[in-house]
Amino acid sequence: MPIGPETPRWIKAEREGLHLPTIGWWIDPSRAVANALVTHGHADHARGGHGEVWATAATRDIIDLRYGTPAGGGDVAYGECIEIGDSITATFLPAGHVLGSAQILLERQGERIIVTGDYKRRADPTCPPFVPTPCDILITEATFALPIFTHPPIEREIARLLAAREANPERAILVGAYALGKAQRVIAELRRAGYAETIWLHGAMTAMCLLYERHGVALGPLAPVSETARGELKGEIVICPPSALNSVWARKLPDPINAVASGWMRVRQRAVQSNVELPLIISDHCDWNELTATILEVAPQETWITHGREDALLHWCAMRQIRARALDLVGREDEDEAA
Amino acid sequence: MDRFARLLTDLIYTRSRNGKLALLADYLRTVPDPDRGWALAALTGEIDFPAIKAGIVRTLIQERVDPVLFALSRDFVGDTAETVSLMWPAPQGPVRAAPGVSEAVALLASASRGTGKSVLAGLLDRLDEDGRFALLKLATGALRIGVSARLAKTAFALGFDVAVEEVEELWHAMRPPYAELFAWATGAAPKPDISMVPVFRPFMLANPLEDEEIDLRDYAAEWKWDGIRIQIVSVGGATRLFSRGGEDITASFPDVAEAFDHEGVLDGELLVRGTHQGGEAASFNALQQRLGRKTVSGSLKADYPAFVRLYDILLDGAEDLRRLPWSERRVRLERVAGLLDPSAFDISALIEAETFEALAEMRVQARETDIEGVMLKRRDSLYEPGRKAGLWFKWKREPLTADCVLMYAQQGSGKRSGLYSDYTFGCWTAPEAEGGVLLPVGKAYSGFSDEELKWLDSFVRKQTTGRFGPVREVEKSLVLEVAFDAVNPSTRHKSGIAMRFPRISRIRRDKPASEADLIDTLRRMIAAGAKADDTSKV
Repeated sequence: MPIGPETPRWIKAEREGLHLPTIGWWIDPSRAVANALVTHGHADHARGGHGEVWATAATRDIIDLRYGTPAGGGDVAYGECIEIGDSITATFLPAGHVLGSAQILLERQGERIIVTGDYKRRADPTCPPFVPTPCDILITEATFALPIFTHPPIEREIARLLAAREANPERAILVGAYALGKAQRVIAELRRAGYAETIWLHGAMTAMCLLYERHGVALGPLAPVSETARGELKGEIVICPPSALNSVWARKLPDPINAVASGWMRVRQRAVQSNVELPLIISDHCDWNELTATILEVAPQETWITHGREDALLHWCAMRQIRARALDLVGREDEDEAA
Repeated sequence: MDRFARLLTDLIYTRSRNGKLALLADYLRTVPDPDRGWALAALTGEIDFPAIKAGIVRTLIQERVDPVLFALSRDFVGDTAETVSLMWPAPQGPVRAAPGVSEAVALLASASRGTGKSVLAGLLDRLDEDGRFALLKLATGALRIGVSARLAKTAFALGFDVAVEEVEELWHAMRPPYAELFAWATGAAPKPDISMVPVFRPFMLANPLEDEEIDLRDYAAEWKWDGIRIQIVSVGGATRLFSRGGEDITASFPDVAEAFDHEGVLDGELLVRGTHQGGEAASFNALQQRLGRKTVSGSLKADYPAFVRLYDILLDGAEDLRRLPWSERRVRLERVAGLLDPSAFDISALIEAETFEALAEMRVQARETDIEGVMLKRRDSLYEPGRKAGLWFKWKREPLTADCVLMYAQQGSGKRSGLYSDYTFGCWTAPEAEGGVLLPVGKAYSGFSDEELKWLDSFVRKQTTGRFGPVREVEKSLVLEVAFDAVNPSTRHKSGIAMRFPRISRIRRDKPASEADLIDTLRRMIAAGAKADDTSKV
């Protein structure tokens, strides 16, 4: 192990999240706190009941939609730097994960710590790209931190989706996609591939799609499934939360082809377990190569690894004499569907 | 390899049996010989490359990627072939075009122990992910994609519009890539003559007896013996023994094959005689010493002498008796059994019971280790392959149960990869209050529903107290009711006992761990006579 700097005393990894003990602030805490910085709107990072919430405008809108308006706090634009006390500043930088997602750069007296939240390095028409930024401590996620995970180009997966639709004019194509982020990205990529037909939405999708459009993400013609006789959806693309795939609701569609858009679809048996006929490997997280490339590119003194397959990434760091440690945060293991 | 790889991928993602049949039938119809024959051999598990073992695949990948990262990935994926296909690094420089199935088979078959690794690596370099997956499945012979040999044969019959019984019957006289079989099925050649080849005939099987009340005037009763079902085939001086799946196991039991000197086809139960049982049949535990061996030493034959308890007769000489009712076949069987060497063959006796109630009582009383339950056979039943309703019933003994505490869990493979589905459980050496500790008494992988599996998996994740490689130790708080068929003494386990066929029968969230059973309770379940076949020589 190379000799590194002392871990700064002004940040601590607690079970409930990252804590700034000198001012009592938290980043992505899993319980309600007085002052929270929130990287993005997914439920394992954002939750209701905080006093002040500081996040991007889109993330605050998402929190508003899901949990009700936070008592206080405010919007922080990308690139904006706010002072939060004890000479600590927080700068929000794009993370490329979902609409509004941010890395948070914390600085105090020349020490720089980046909390990535969740992030990806691929282009995404629904949010600005990740900005690699030099720092002393990089706190990274590790959702897909195994070398088996290499995400294919999204164009290939969208082409497979369109080909399945073409080949099955009598069946609906039911795409299970997480309601925040994945669903809108799949829609936007379908549009980019030239698909101009109405895309049908499960009721749980509608509000979030409208929120995206309010934030300037054009999604083309959308309609709720409830507005049509479900039998008429032959050859149509329907988007629903993954949990609705095998529901009574889904059984009323014309012989639906179950598709799931997720990084986990890379592993066949995972797909089979979820009763998937058309696995689409589409992820809003970094794959293995992107995670390791990001660590090399940002070149921090020390890497902290949050939720995911931290064992593999720790080993990879150790083999390259990169100082790293795993954080034991609660509540970050079961958000598989969002991946 | 492209078309075969696509077939495997499509089969994996197709759930309905009819969908799988249609995919397979289409493949067998449209792909030319000999590719389709080799594919069929792979699907039916009839392909074997002696130079290519699973160990070679692991060695190869560990030479190319970090072994720790491979191990972590393998644990996550739950399947070596898939893990390797996903991790295999792209070769440097230009590569030759992807090989077809036949080319791959030819290369793998010609490989020796010395060249196996380089042949396999050369092929992997020429394929994409799906191709590598298909190649590894083909090369190592374990497909595990939810297609049974029976399903593949059914698809063959469907694809060429022939009877599946005919396919089954010809099957064991054919060798991959089955040129004769395809020639017959496509109408290019007449049906192959197999009258002088010792081939396997599909077994007649029994359904479990549920609520049916049986009239013993219509049904004959005999014991269900706890060995392995076996078919003895002798024709033209050659004798073969086949297991239930039609696997040729003659090499493991040469003593039985040599002792059989009657042309025909018999159905029976293979058992091992325990000297300690006064020459009676020993438990399944003893039989296991003889299973799966390619060669058999003299001492093994002497210590665990095998014999067959005859149930039925299919052919007597060249005469096919399968269209006769059971009662007539039984007469023929008794005549043939009388001609055979009594040290290697006896006949499964009929149970004389006046009424069904009397039979039920006898079934409950039977606690010999070699009896699994009662068989009921319709006296007028023809010998029908498969499991036809209403003809034969198996009426197993009630399982034994014990309350055990979950101690360790491991992720499953295949369909259960990523789920903690293998459970090791224990019982107390003494009451906990008196300082007793838990010792493992068994391991179970079945008996639970999908819902219960999800719950157990989540319990393991939340209650993990230690990790030993892929094994998680859990908080010793969950009581599992475990069902099993018997308890045998064992020198291999610290607890001194081994359960036969344990499965989880219930999750007892209501019961505190301290109230789980004692090991002594299990020890008392060791059936009379079983003590002596403790396999201390192993």
